[in-house]
Amino acid sequence: MSAGQAPKEIGEISFGLMDPEEYRDMSATKVITADTYDDDGFPIDMGLMDPRLGVIDPGLECKTCGQRSGSCNGHFGHIELAAPVIHVGFSKLIRRLLRGTCRECANLLLTEEEKDEYRDDLERTKSLRQDVSDVMTAAIREARKKDHCPHCGEVQYDVKHEKPTTYYEVQQVLASDYSERIAASMQPDEDEDDAGISPQELAEQTDIDISRINEILSGEFRPRREDREAIEAAIGADLTTEDMNKLMPSDIRDWFEDIPGEDLEALGVDAERSRPEWMILTVLPVPPVTARPSITLDNGQRSEDDLTHKLVDIIRINQRFMENREAGAPQLIIEDLWELLQYHVTTFMDNEISGTPPARHRSGRPLKTLSQRLKGKEGRFRGSLSGKRVNFSARTVISPDPTLSLNEVGVPDRVATEMTQTMVVNEKNLERARRYVRNGPEGHPGANYVTRPDGRRVRVTEKVCEELAERVEPGWEVQRHLIDGDIIIFNRQPSLHRMSIMAHEVVVMPYKTFRLNTVVCPPYNADFDGDEMNMHALQNEEARAEARVLMRVQEQILSPRFGENIIGAIQDHISGTYLLTHDNPQFNETQASDLLRQTRIDELPDPAGISEDTGEPYWEGRQLFSELLPDDLNLEFTGTTGEPVVIEDGQLVEGTIAEDEVGGFGGEIVDTITKVHGNTRARIFINEVAALAMRSIMHFGFSIGIDDETVSVEARERIDEAIQSAYDRVQELIETYENGDLESLPGRTVDETLEMKIMQTLGKARDSAGDVAEENFAEDNPAVVMANSGARGSMLNLTQMAGCVGQQAVRGERINRGYEDRTLSHFEPNDLSSEAHGFVENSYTSGLTPKEFFFHAMGGREGLVDTAVRTSKSGYLQRRLINALSELETQYDGTVRDTSDTIVQFEFGEDGTSPVQVSSDDEVDIDVDHVADRILNSEFDSDDEKAEFLGVQEPPTNLSEHGAAWEVESDD
Amino acid sequence: MTNFDVTDGVLEVIEDTELPRRLKDEVLATAEERDVTKGQAREIATAVEAQYLDTRVDPLDPVGTVSAQSIGEPGTQMTMNTFHYAGVAEMDVTQGLPRLIELVDARKTPDTPIMTVFLEDEFGEEREKAHEVVWDIEATKILALGDISTNVADMVVRVDLNEDTLQERWPRVDSTNEIAGEVAETIEGSLGVTVTQDGTVLEFGPSEPSYRELLQLVEQLRDIVFKGIEDVTRVVIRREETDEGEEFVLYTEGSAFKKALKIEGVDATRTSCNNIHEVHKTLGIEAAREAIIEETMTTLEEQGLDDVNIRHLMLVADIMTNDGTIQSIGRHGISGNKDSVLARAAFEVTVNHLLDAAVHGESDDLDGVIENVIVGKPVRLGTGDVDLRMGVTESD
Repeated sequence: MSAGQAPKEIGEISFGLMDPEEYRDMSATKVITADTYDDDGFPIDMGLMDPRLGVIDPGLECKTCGQRSGSCNGHFGHIELAAPVIHVGFSKLIRRLLRGTCRECANLLLTEEEKDEYRDDLERTKSLRQDVSDVMTAAIREARKKDHCPHCGEVQYDVKHEKPTTYYEVQQVLASDYSERIAASMQPDEDEDDAGISPQELAEQTDIDISRINEILSGEFRPRREDREAIEAAIGADLTTEDMNKLMPSDIRDWFEDIPGEDLEALGVDAERSRPEWMILTVLPVPPVTARPSITLDNGQRSEDDLTHKLVDIIRINQRFMENREAGAPQLIIEDLWELLQYHVTTFMDNEISGTPPARHRSGRPLKTLSQRLKGKEGRFRGSLSGKRVNFSARTVISPDPTLSLNEVGVPDRVATEMTQTMVVNEKNLERARRYVRNGPEGHPGANYVTRPDGRRVRVTEKVCEELAERVEPGWEVQRHLIDGDIIIFNRQPSLHRMSIMAHEVVVMPYKTFRLNTVVCPPYNADFDGDEMNMHALQNEEARAEARVLMRVQEQILSPRFGENIIGAIQDHISGTYLLTHDNPQFNETQASDLLRQTRIDELPDPAGISEDTGEPYWEGRQLFSELLPDDLNLEFTGTTGEPVVIEDGQLVEGTIAEDEVGGFGGEIVDTITKVHGNTRARIFINEVAALAMRSIMHFGFSIGIDDETVSVEARERIDEAIQSAYDRVQELIETYENGDLESLPGRTVDETLEMKIMQTLGKARDSAGDVAEENFAEDNPAVVMANSGARGSMLNLTQMAGCVGQQAVRGERINRGYEDRTLSHFEPNDLSSEAHGFVENSYTSGLTPKEFFFHAMGGREGLVDTAVRTSKSGYLQRRLINALSELETQYDGTVRDTSDTIVQFEFGEDGTSPVQVSSDDEVDIDVDHVADRILNSEFDSDDEKAEFLGVQEPPTNLSEHGAAWEVESDD
Repeated sequence: MTNFDVTDGVLEVIEDTELPRRLKDEVLATAEERDVTKGQAREIATAVEAQYLDTRVDPLDPVGTVSAQSIGEPGTQMTMNTFHYAGVAEMDVTQGLPRLIELVDARKTPDTPIMTVFLEDEFGEEREKAHEVVWDIEATKILALGDISTNVADMVVRVDLNEDTLQERWPRVDSTNEIAGEVAETIEGSLGVTVTQDGTVLEFGPSEPSYRELLQLVEQLRDIVFKGIEDVTRVVIRREETDEGEEFVLYTEGSAFKKALKIEGVDATRTSCNNIHEVHKTLGIEAAREAIIEETMTTLEEQGLDDVNIRHLMLVADIMTNDGTIQSIGRHGISGNKDSVLARAAFEVTVNHLLDAAVHGESDDLDGVIENVIVGKPVRLGTGDVDLRMGVTESD
């Protein structure tokens, strides 16, 4: 690769070690000066900021490639190290190689047969795509067992590795006090029956000449190894000490140079690309200046990058090392410097090595060196390479707008004027293009840039826009503002599923927030308490087409998680439809038209009857709702209220429309319409249900206040009674327990049994309090309406507000912690009563006592902590799942394979059905009879309808909410 | 294949569709019944085919990502509370998110190993017979059988066996004397001491008088398993409504699947275990796959997330068992064994993967998802995998 010329497309990336020669070849300059800039602020020649290493200051020219800052990628330099040092990353491998190869001939300590065996093993492991390092570990373990080299016969010593980068050869040598040791063990031992050994006997036992024995005993002669072993055996004593012979990096390098290539292959090391001696550095590459830019502070001082600091240290020590060596400094000093150099190079690579103090900045902050740049969430891999920053994106607060379609998003004008779309000017849109340019960058449908056919980009400014507009010709490109109908991508973090990123159509609006229809809140999991969302403007035609066809909100109505609709009416919509259909109220003409005014229905159906009071025709709620249904819809199921819901030919005959009917997460009617009538029809339906529901809730009026949760005095008494009787029962339980009469449940202790029984009793008390409260509230109580319709809240919430809050729990048990033997100092020690362990007998309306409040806060805190822990845990789980499964894709043959073509499933989910279309509990069932009926009886209104039914023609989908207008506006 | 009384033409158009056999037969039956013409048959067949194809997964659908999201997303709604009962109030079982993580991690032993033991025939019907199985499974230790006392003066350990318990735990042996003998033998066998038996009273001591050894003997005595499976500390018996009608079902705390299946009265076809590795070792990889699906599904159901499509769980189970062993999802399993260096480096332990790749001279072909994101190429997945170009014909 020629320097500075980045390839256009990368086909393959090979990994390997680098030859020091290659470092020198690619180096732009040798770096010898530890300084960066001279007093005048110019980079020092052959210093760390040498202009040949690239430029960061604007205006300067790179001395190597001649380019300027921005276009020059920078060039490597190099430092000639005074002595070789070990690369920390490979310290483990170096240890293995030292242990597995011969210290004399550097061959792998395995016989040819064994080598072949491991070569085969390696081959097999590779073909099975398993970890090759396991084979190496096994081979080294085998080789380490050898005492002698099978090739040259040399004795092998154990190699000790002192982390991170020191290696010792451990040799057993004769201890200096050998004669004393022998003498000591030859002495007779009086405690035990040991007569001792005379020199004579020793000589006989060891086959050594008696005179030699005497010489040895007097310390005049050092016994050889064989003799030493013989003596050791005879007297049963150890005469050796461990001698640690330090292996200097230069020794290791020499050793590794001799390891034959084929032996390395047997270990799985690529001998061509990665010679082991290259793991010992003799030349250190200096990263280009562009990789370690210095920052100029406000006071004009330069602040250097951490890497530069580290390089300064390395060069300093390197210089000192060379000077000392040339001056003939003692070995001890040289070794110290060598170790220091090793330390600096080590921390340059990785500053988080255990056992090594991290190199620190002057301020005490550990330096961020090479390893730290790559690692972790904000590291190069996860932070810069897998996740990239993009242009054409916007972020702001979201707020609701029920007048928008669910496919749309309200984009603030100031965002729309910043995000642009490229418009290629031709004869047909020339006028429009000129108009945009004439509007300039400030006026709304304006333009920010124009590109001339020769590729020159010109900024449109208020000053030149008029003039520029005249010059725009076909062939030019205009960067126009976003206009209504443009498609953009909208996203809310955390992006847990694919419905977290959907495409919307732009509606440009005043003010500063993104506006959404409330029905898209569930898929995004958004609310309007200050949530922000991101928008991305698409920059090419393929992206826009894909977004429109695949990513638009209406295409995402069905969730692949459970195969039912995730988008549907929520909250007030559900209360609205409930009020509209539950008692099937009557409306006069004005009211009926008002309810339907925001839908497509422009003519009221025939009235349901004539009112007896007024003599005017009236319409019923269910009838009005039915206007929104497709004409051929037939459904019958048990609804939210437990009553049957019957729809015949698009008319709601019976039943209440609430959550299970039109809600998100599996509202039956929405689900059926989406699956049978298509996404477009479903979108219209959901929009209209929302609109009708809002009109109807406004018609009836819907509010909630403190009076709605207050029960009558009589009911209050009954609740108190229920709680009091529960208290009595708890007291009884405690008494039985204290008398030792409580029988324990199988597998539980008596204490646990008591706790469980008390919990049960108090749970029942709350429930009965709830029942009383529920009886007390009328059917039209707004909280009851919300709970019954499934709009928001549950009967439990109502119970807690009106009846009794109930037992507070931490870790599923009554509250037990706090003081010694009691929860609070307000109670007697070992008080087992309910109020001492967090039972809240008050309701939220009546208000909690301080003690109750405190227990309530404990329970609430547990919930908060739980949520915090859960989000991080489940986030990690999700990341791992995505990482493991991201490469799986169905193929045209129906199999599921990963990108290297391994078959994971022969058919997705054993039957190949799509999880989007079919919910898990449904059987895939096609009603053949019904199909035959329709075809044989020709129940079609038109040929188109028939063609759609046969599947030979797609039902017309609108690609835009703007219909034909969109096609005219954006045919760029 | 059944024969339908239809004309060759009708048969031909119906057979010509992409429908599976079952649907073809159904269409043929309808055609036969209604006596349709070839044209009508073709229309019916196309309509059914269209509906059928609508329910299929699209080719090039990135099902992996969709499945991962479908399991990960409900994870945010699960509880962290570890202990709660799983239908059986007496037992604590790990549930919710911790259990899901445990499954996906393919831990060697789950936090709370459990077996659900179904019983055969009369064992499932009669309480006494069921109890026989219980005592064969639950580990019986000395503390359950009687009282231990140490006589320091005589240097003996005295075990006073409770006759009722003996009778209860050895229902197949009549004489308590005989049972006590059996207990004595077990003690002799595992402690290496001679036991003197006097009715249901056992005595033994160290060979040489030593306080230390005496106390040690008592300690060791406590650990001896006299009956049942060592790993199973407790068995809960419940009468439950199952597919086979009402019967006794055993729940065990601790698991030893292989041993449990061999016990008389245990219905090996229905008995299951929540340790996927044990299932793998005992019944093989397909059973392990099934166990993963089953366990993840119950975990989700327990949390009220039963609507998660089982097909997503199948895909996870399938990739975990793809190579015949159970691989975990994460650094030590699937993600750590990927071909691509960049994909591994981008997941976890970045630097080590890069250094190893250098030594082994690996190269990255860049065909995965993450690699292409890194080098800035379109990912060959989903719409990126389609080789289509826009047509050049002019519209108008």
